[in-house]
Amino acid sequence: MVRGEPPRRIFMSFIQARVMSTGSRPLSPHLQVYKPQITSVLSILHRITGVALTAGTLLLVWWLAAAAAGPGPFATVQSVMGSWIGLLLLLGWSWALFYHLCNGIRHLFWDSGRGFDMPTVTASGWAVVAASLLLTAATWIAGCAAAGGMS
Amino acid sequence: MSLRSELGRVRGLGSAREGAGHWWTQRMTAVALVPLVIWLVVQLAVHAGADHAAVVAWLRDPLTAIPMVLLIAATFWHGGLGLQVVIEDYVHTRWLRVASIALTKFAAASLAVIGAFSVLKIAFSG
Repeated sequence: MVRGEPPRRIFMSFIQARVMSTGSRPLSPHLQVYKPQITSVLSILHRITGVALTAGTLLLVWWLAAAAAGPGPFATVQSVMGSWIGLLLLLGWSWALFYHLCNGIRHLFWDSGRGFDMPTVTASGWAVVAASLLLTAATWIAGCAAAGGMS
Repeated sequence: MSLRSELGRVRGLGSAREGAGHWWTQRMTAVALVPLVIWLVVQLAVHAGADHAAVVAWLRDPLTAIPMVLLIAATFWHGGLGLQVVIEDYVHTRWLRVASIALTKFAAASLAVIGAFSVLKIAFSG
């Protein structure tokens, strides 16, 4: 034991020097070894939905510009959005919007300095998931009812 | 006990030279977007399946055109700030990071103007 100490200490200080030097510092978090948790999954989902929604704004602008351009271009946008891939994208974007909205309100609540204890964080997280799914379902039921009533 | 240095407090701007400006603007645009987004989703659901004439009539109403332009402004401001943070986090090559942020901001401004112009064109035409 005693004889083993000095080389180990040298080795450890060598490792420490390597780790502390630039370039080989330990990186965090190591996603491969981290168990997904409600906190971390919802956190990255907020960012992913945010990026997806900025892509979705292209559709909103296209729709508005087509409406301004006339009935022909507008019909093109409507037919693309009415296709199964268009409806799938709209479904995804509507959920992303509700998720980002609900979790954004959760973030604003955190900004006031409240709700940081773990039971509250877990509860508010699941509440956001439930609310985003319910609001998406309610919107599509209302939308289908409106479209059905119009045609 | 405050961990901020005296010099840091005097300058108050940090390494990005803008203090809490980015953070605060992101929150303010977020607060503005809460009612605007709820309004948009309700309106789109109500107008699902509407034809061109109905959509144009809806957009011509000042009670539609005004919140729509506000929504476009807040959306692209908020989205531009958000994408900037994502780029700053993941793009480590300096010139590429600066170029990506610049491109994002130009695209956001262009899309915002296209959207707002389209709404106003409809609103002011008859």
